[in-house]
Amino acid sequence: MAADVSLLQIFMDGVFIKNFLIIQFLGLCSFVGVTKDTKSAAGMSGAVIFVMTLAATVSFLIYNFVLVPLKLEFLDLISFIVVIAALVQLVEFVVRKNVPSLYRSLGIFLPLITTNCAVLGVVLLNVLNEYSFIQSVVFGVSAGIGYALVMLMMSGIRERTTLVNVPSSMRGLPHAFLIATMLSMAFVNYFGVIAL
Amino acid sequence: MDPLSEFIRGITKDNPVFGLVLGLCPTLAVTTSIDNAIGMSAGTAFVLICSNLMVSGLRKQIPASVRLPIFILIIATFVSIVDMVMEAYFPSMFAALGVFIPLIVVNCIIIGRAEAYANKNNMFYSLIDALGSSAGFLLVLVLIGGIRELLGTGGIAIFGTQLVSIPINPITFMILSPGAFLTIGILMAIVNHIRAKKLARGG
Repeated sequence: MAADVSLLQIFMDGVFIKNFLIIQFLGLCSFVGVTKDTKSAAGMSGAVIFVMTLAATVSFLIYNFVLVPLKLEFLDLISFIVVIAALVQLVEFVVRKNVPSLYRSLGIFLPLITTNCAVLGVVLLNVLNEYSFIQSVVFGVSAGIGYALVMLMMSGIRERTTLVNVPSSMRGLPHAFLIATMLSMAFVNYFGVIAL
Repeated sequence: MDPLSEFIRGITKDNPVFGLVLGLCPTLAVTTSIDNAIGMSAGTAFVLICSNLMVSGLRKQIPASVRLPIFILIIATFVSIVDMVMEAYFPSMFAALGVFIPLIVVNCIIIGRAEAYANKNNMFYSLIDALGSSAGFLLVLVLIGGIRELLGTGGIAIFGTQLVSIPINPITFMILSPGAFLTIGILMAIVNHIRAKKLARGG
């Protein structure tokens, strides 16, 4: 079914048209939680791109070469969760051992990714859309890039508006949500950039 | 502890969405109509109640160092049940909610209640806590879903029965994603305002 979708289409879908954060509402906890300054937003985005790509790759292999042959598709959710948790642990070990500077800058963001619904969302959407191996990987990378793009835009705007004098009850989250409204309005216009 | 006040606490002070700001993804994603809001909160409520009961029942057996992976496995089991039951008996609801049914597993409300409450209290209070949080979640979802459906389609219909209709041009904006952010932003501001007033009165 999904074999005829071009890679460019999948890429544009992941980054803009079906942007994970503000069109599909996946990964909102980190969207409002870690966008108070650009540095942590960048760290989180880097970690998410990394884990999303790996998760899309590994879960495709597990689903198609372990679960499907054994007719255990109903275990997909549980196995994906375990795969992502294990992957995050593994990435944490490797990064801590080999690139300590990167580990320090990613810090607490790596363990947080386990419960980030964007990562599980990529994996589940890959299964749902019946993407092939290459398509799954491209979708994982592009969803990560789309996530990073919006996180950086959001944190940039929030940083610049920290000193704005808003009514006291609007301060904090309501304010962030109104900024998100504007960003989301811009992204809605990407519908139909490529004929679907 | 009085069971009734524990129940009310889940709706007011510890309301999952407005009090604790947990579970934002489903709150915004599935509230395009009241039907979806009810379906989503029913699924979440089932998982929350079952996982709270199970975690609370097993809390003396679960070693503290590996409790989180165990919680996640317990939750994932119940989510798989909801996923399969919905696909079999409510196919249209399943299609509308899509990927958000399996994503209940990473809904912070459930693991949050397991960690913060069920892990420390007995089964009866954990059940009350789960019921309260589920009711709070349902109320918020129906409220947001109602506002978006009313303004976005010009009427409210619950499972095919038209309840309200208002003579306006439907604002498609409200059904699309910006409408969700706008609605929750404004609702949160109102909640903050009410809280600040209550605080000023000394309540």
